[in-house]
Amino acid sequence: MADSTTLGESLRRNGVSRRGFLKFCAATASMMALPPSMIPRIAEALEKARRPSVIWLSFQECTGCTESLTRSHAPTVEGLIFDSISLDYHHTLQVASGEQAEAAREAAMHENMGKYIVVVDGSIPGPGSNPGYSTIAGISNYDMLMDTVKGAAAVVSVGTCAAFGGLPKARPNPSGAVAIQDVVKDKPIVNVPGCPPIPQVITGVLAHYLVFGKLPELDSLKRPLAFYGQSIHDRCYRRPFYDKGLFAENFNDEGARKGWCLYRLGCKGPMTYNACATLKWGLGWSWPVESGHGCLGCSEPDFWDAGGFYQALSIPTSNVTRTAAAAVAAGAVIGVAAGLANKAKKSGAAKKHQTVTVDQLGKG
Amino acid sequence: MSALDNIAVRVESAGNLTRNALPLLHEIRHALARLAESGESTAIDLRSIPFGPGDEADLLAALGTGEVTAQLQALGESRITETSYPGVWVVDHYNADGQRIAFQVEVTPVPQILAAQPADVADGLQRLEAALAELAEPESRPASL
Repeated sequence: MADSTTLGESLRRNGVSRRGFLKFCAATASMMALPPSMIPRIAEALEKARRPSVIWLSFQECTGCTESLTRSHAPTVEGLIFDSISLDYHHTLQVASGEQAEAAREAAMHENMGKYIVVVDGSIPGPGSNPGYSTIAGISNYDMLMDTVKGAAAVVSVGTCAAFGGLPKARPNPSGAVAIQDVVKDKPIVNVPGCPPIPQVITGVLAHYLVFGKLPELDSLKRPLAFYGQSIHDRCYRRPFYDKGLFAENFNDEGARKGWCLYRLGCKGPMTYNACATLKWGLGWSWPVESGHGCLGCSEPDFWDAGGFYQALSIPTSNVTRTAAAAVAAGAVIGVAAGLANKAKKSGAAKKHQTVTVDQLGKG
Repeated sequence: MSALDNIAVRVESAGNLTRNALPLLHEIRHALARLAESGESTAIDLRSIPFGPGDEADLLAALGTGEVTAQLQALGESRITETSYPGVWVVDHYNADGQRIAFQVEVTPVPQILAAQPADVADGLQRLEAALAELAEPESRPASL
């Protein structure tokens, strides 16, 4: 349950020195994709942060998002973040089952009315669909969601299914699946899409709430700008090959072996906004493009129906065009994000496709 | 011998093809100029930079190693190294499991995390005073010591 101990007190009680705390703040800044110049503000806020109660609801999903999150649980640092939230209901992770589990959810809601965070993974059968497609404890997903978000401070939709409908909503959408934001209209929502999302992005959003007591800056698709503010293409280490016109034409040719751009092999990097190119996967080990495969665009709406994973983007589909337009609008919002002024300059230059010398880059 | 051993694998280095370390070196040069002119410190989060294979090694090789190397043991190990350019530091934080949790270039006279922190100094003073008080009253200690 949420308690009144601040994170600063809890760390000191565990014998963590001030140096250890500063290191923790540096790791937290990096995890939240904030610049190191924000570390003093993070330190100040973390001193005073209190444990928020979190209720995690899993609906039409594959548990991949939970798998991703639990793999991020590196001891000590992210562990301290997890000690700092109170995960009061998660039907895959909790020990309680049956009526006890549902009682835990109701108790957490009652004790933290108006203050708890609801994390949702999975889409739900829409209000007009047969509720029998997905139920928990005999309660339809729709009823459980609407009942649980009533007293929530905010809702975090984790994974593309919760954020945009994802795989259950792919044509022909037999269960009438809808995204959480399609039915929850009166609460602040953050979308953390990805199939699954990068674990540090999930923890980063929760850490942002823990540290600052509010939700991060969002783009037009309600994704946190810190992680989804730039396209995979703009942050890709293979981007220089795209600029030089050096492309892999199939997965066995010279270009593939030499690590050239995968655009013509269907890479969706140019229309996909996510942090894979910098945070990478497997604790920073690699990511799809570094492993030789194009981006699938899994953090974008309707990516399953976007025209084929191996078709180059020059073959337009209606979904691609719509998403790209939304993404450009999202880029324009970057300018107002606190502490991200530097990124705004770089993305501005990228949008206008100016030629920038390496010397000028440093002045950003 | 497994069937995999029959496949000839030729490893080709891609590190020097992307040369993503170069713009970063220019960014460090601008930061160092600011430090020299106005004393302004800069920190760059290297984990937010899109590195390809070999780029990190290229950057660290280009920066070289300078006069100071420090190890910090707090929530796991940290290595703080001055590069061959005085005032340019590489700060590399690991957790207790040896996983990297932060990786920065700091352009500053001395990274803040190396300095003793006021809260720790106050705590140390208390402990030293307590130790001295105990030394001044040897009769209160157990006879066996």
